[in-house]
Amino acid sequence: MQSFEWVDAESVEHAVSLLGEGSERQPVVAKAGGMDLLDLMKNGVMAPRRVVNIKTIKGLDGVRFDAKQGLELGALVTLARLSREPEVRKRFVALADAAEHAATPQVRNAATMGGNLLQRPRCWYFRYDHFHQAGGDAVERVRSGENQYHAIFDNQRTVMVHASTPATALVAYGASVELTGPGGKTRVVPVSEFLLPPDMKRSTDTSIAPNELLTRVRIPAPAAGTKAAYHKQGERESYDWPICDVAVVLRMEGRTIRQAAIAMGWVAPTPRRAAEAEKLLVGKTLNEELARQVAKAAVNGATPLSKNAYKVPVLEAVVRRTVLAAAAA
Amino acid sequence: MAPPDDDSVPKPLLPQLSRRAFFKGAGASALSATLAPSAHAADPSPPVLGPEPAPLTLSINGRTVTVQADPATTLAELVRNHLGLTGTKIGCDRGACSACTVWLDGEVAASCMTLAFDARGRKVTTIEGLAKGEALHPVQRAFVENDAMQCGFCTPGMVMSCAALVDRNPKCTLDDVKQAVSGHLCRCGTYPNVFKATLAAAQGGGKAKGNT
Repeated sequence: MQSFEWVDAESVEHAVSLLGEGSERQPVVAKAGGMDLLDLMKNGVMAPRRVVNIKTIKGLDGVRFDAKQGLELGALVTLARLSREPEVRKRFVALADAAEHAATPQVRNAATMGGNLLQRPRCWYFRYDHFHQAGGDAVERVRSGENQYHAIFDNQRTVMVHASTPATALVAYGASVELTGPGGKTRVVPVSEFLLPPDMKRSTDTSIAPNELLTRVRIPAPAAGTKAAYHKQGERESYDWPICDVAVVLRMEGRTIRQAAIAMGWVAPTPRRAAEAEKLLVGKTLNEELARQVAKAAVNGATPLSKNAYKVPVLEAVVRRTVLAAAAA
Repeated sequence: MAPPDDDSVPKPLLPQLSRRAFFKGAGASALSATLAPSAHAADPSPPVLGPEPAPLTLSINGRTVTVQADPATTLAELVRNHLGLTGTKIGCDRGACSACTVWLDGEVAASCMTLAFDARGRKVTTIEGLAKGEALHPVQRAFVENDAMQCGFCTPGMVMSCAALVDRNPKCTLDDVKQAVSGHLCRCGTYPNVFKATLAAAQGGGKAKGNT
C-alpha cells in the first residue's frame, strides 16, 4: 500500500472542501471505517494522494426514529450498531438482519453504513489491478471466464454485481441517501437510483459527485401492518459473500397483502426489484402455492452466464422462503 | 522448529534498536516538511500528516506509547513491526481470516484492516496483554486444556475473539461461540475444540480482564 497524506476532517463542510481539491491525477478520498478502501489500496486498485478521515466529524453517527419522519441513520453508524439498535431491529428487521449477516464481527465493528453503500464490486477481476491497467475489456474477460458469482439479470453491459447487502434491504424499504456538497447543499436520492451498474472505468458505482459526502440514510416510517424478512444465501453458514440475498417488505391487512416489495441482491448489477412477482402478491393471501408462483416469476427472464446458471434455482428458493418468512413474521 | 517470533520469552515492548528509533530520527525532518503550508493555509485547519512517518499515540496493553508511522501503516504492522508484539498474526491481510484480531476499546477489530492512525488515543489490547502476569486468561488456559490449537497461527486471533465473548457474556452458548469465531479461518480445523474450550472457560466463570 502506497503512503498518502492524512487529514482529519473537522466538519462535513471541511471534508467536502478537501474532497473538492482532488483530481484524477491527485485523487482525494474520504475514509470512514476504511474496510473497502484498504482492500482497494492494498490491491493497487486505488492509490489516493490524500485520505480525508471523516470519522472525526461529529454528529454523523446518530440513529433516530420518528413516527412521521421515519428512520435517519448517520453515515458513520457501524454495521454492528445497526444490527443491534432496538428501533432498527423492531421496525426494520430486514435491514438489521442484513447488517448482522454482512462480513465478520471484526469488520462489522468498523464498517459504516455510508462506506458499505459506497464499496466497489467484489468481482475478482475488478479487485486485481492488472485488469485496471490492461486497457482491455474486463467485462468480456469475465463473460468468458470465472463468472460464477456474477449477474444473472441485466448482464449485457456489465456482469459485475454491487457488493452491498444492506442495500438490498434499503431498496425494499424505499430508503434514500442524503448527499452533502459544497456550501452545505444537500440532495436526497433514492438508494435504487443512487446505485449504478458497476463500471471499472469509473471511480464510483453510485451517483455521488467527487465533492459530495454521503451524510445520512433515510427510510420512511413503515405503514401499519408492515412485515419484513431478509435472507442472505452463501456457500457456507459462516462469513462469506452471498450467492444472492433477498429482502421482502409486505404491508398486510389481516392476512391479505396490500403492498409488496421484493428486492434481490447480487443477481443483477444493482439490487433488482421483482416487479412481476410483487404484483402477484397484491390483494392475495399467501400460501405455499402462491409463494412458489411468486418465486418463479421473480427469476423469469434470467440470462445466466457460462458458470452461474446454478444461481437461478438458488434465487428462486430464497425468494420463496423469504416471502413466506415475511408473511409469517 | 518454532519460528523465532513465536517464543514464550516476553519481548520488550520496544526493541533496543528499533524501527521506532530509526523513524524518530528520520521522521523529524520529513515531518517539518509536511507540516508546511497545506492547501488550507488561510484557516487553522488540522495539519496534513504524511506521507512520511508522523507521530501517533495510543495505549497498548495498558501502556501509552508514541510511535512514528506513515499513514499507510496498519495497526497489525504497527504492533508487530514497530512495537515488536509479534503475537498478533497477519494471515490474509484483507480482514477475511481474522488471524490479526485485537481489541480496540474492548471490541474485536481486524488489525490488518485498521489504519494505525485510526487507533490514535484508543486502547489496544493484543494477545500479549491478555494474561495478568503469569496468570493466563481463562480462555487461554482452556485452549491449552482442551487442545484447541494445532499449528497455532490462527490461535491468537481466535483467543481474542473468544475472550471478548466470555468477558462480555459469561453465559454464552455454543451458538454465541460459533458467531464469535465466524470470521476466523482455521485451516487445521480446530473449531470443535475451540468451541469446547470457550464454553469450558465460560462455565469456569473466571473473568480476568486483560490490563486494558
